[in-house]
Amino acid sequence: MAGTAVRGRLTWQVATVGEVMTETATARTISLDVPGWEAHRAGQHLDVRLTAEDGYAAERSYSIASAPGEPVAITVQRLEDGEVSPYLTDELRPGDQLELRGPVGGYFVWDGEPEPMLLLAGGSGVVPLRSMLRHRARTGSATPARLLYSVRSLPDVIYRAELDGYGQDGTEVSYTLTKQHPPGWTGNTGRVGQALIEQVAWPVGRRPIAFVCGPTGFVEAVAQGLVTLGYPASRVKTERFGGK
Amino acid sequence: MSPVTRGFHGKRREAGGDRVPPGQYVTEDFPVLSAGPTPHTKEQDWTFSVRRGGKEQKSWTWGELHDLPVEQVTADIHCVTRWSKLDTRWQAVSIDTLLGQVASDAKYLMAFCDGGYTTNLPVADVTGGQAWLAFGYDGKPLAPEHGGPARLLVPHLYFWKSAKWVRGLDLLDRDEPGFWETYGYHMYGDPWREQRYAGD
Repeated sequence: MAGTAVRGRLTWQVATVGEVMTETATARTISLDVPGWEAHRAGQHLDVRLTAEDGYAAERSYSIASAPGEPVAITVQRLEDGEVSPYLTDELRPGDQLELRGPVGGYFVWDGEPEPMLLLAGGSGVVPLRSMLRHRARTGSATPARLLYSVRSLPDVIYRAELDGYGQDGTEVSYTLTKQHPPGWTGNTGRVGQALIEQVAWPVGRRPIAFVCGPTGFVEAVAQGLVTLGYPASRVKTERFGGK
Repeated sequence: MSPVTRGFHGKRREAGGDRVPPGQYVTEDFPVLSAGPTPHTKEQDWTFSVRRGGKEQKSWTWGELHDLPVEQVTADIHCVTRWSKLDTRWQAVSIDTLLGQVASDAKYLMAFCDGGYTTNLPVADVTGGQAWLAFGYDGKPLAPEHGGPARLLVPHLYFWKSAKWVRGLDLLDRDEPGFWETYGYHMYGDPWREQRYAGD
């Protein structure tokens, strides 16, 4: 079977927080120094464990934001009622220690395949897709790439400067702003519908691969839209988060 | 010994207490996780088959499934992505009822699904009142994104074993990895022993 990964136990490793970058009012990217970190693939995730002074621990999974070959980094969006994300976005600072386990996952990954890639992000679902785009850029890949990023408003765009800089190398990046848009905005607005999917989707004949990541409602609508266009289900890889 | 993460105190949600396996937290939501598009199989096109060596041993249509005794199941479920949901209520037919109509000495099985998903289970874990074929949730038809028309319900194992959109069981002599198991997840998946990944 493809993608078979046989390996030993994934152990918890101590990570030291390096650079911390503010991405938006509610999201930041945390670079982690992990001696002996196994190289990850673009799209994989990892487990984080935080331990309080009395030994109480909390664990969560996060997508890896950095490209293969770069120091491991995660981008965390604060969830209002969260236990772990508010700590990571508001309190954690360089030099702090936490534990990691990973990398994990072998399905929602991009390893440099030549077929056109269609990346569809809803909110912080952009994180693993950003790892893929960085991997593509760092390896000088000629794979055609398009990202459609559905986000509440421009200030909520994670990796804004980096994504806007991709125009020159053949990566096409577009946004659809679902809640608020600035005066004079000529881009897409509102939730992703079938017309917009048809506009950004590569023709089925080019054997494109689609990666869709976001909240459930977004992923359901987009994945169904691609199937309607004739994308085989096996060429639409999804990753979801959030409740109903 | 884990290092202390400076300034982390946690919320210490006590909900659930000893009903929540290690490393899990309780959620009121019902998150959705699946690797691809949601299939939308119509009930009139749906069947559930038990196969052995590629040969069909027994098959039920949607109508035939509903002629079998329906159980009201209340269970706690635990997803490997760390959420647990307590007291979920399902309408389901016991796998005992289905396998009781098939003569077999198989020790393992592979659940197969619309969309191509598979997951492996020991037969001993889907018999003895431990597993169901569920088609209702909270008194309503099971929603497609949650696995409707029907999914497996094997609440004592991590929830990826409760295959969505299930269409049947392949009875096997030997254990083989299914979809996530091939990608490094644990072959068995006991949440109480935190069997998340291969080697745990």
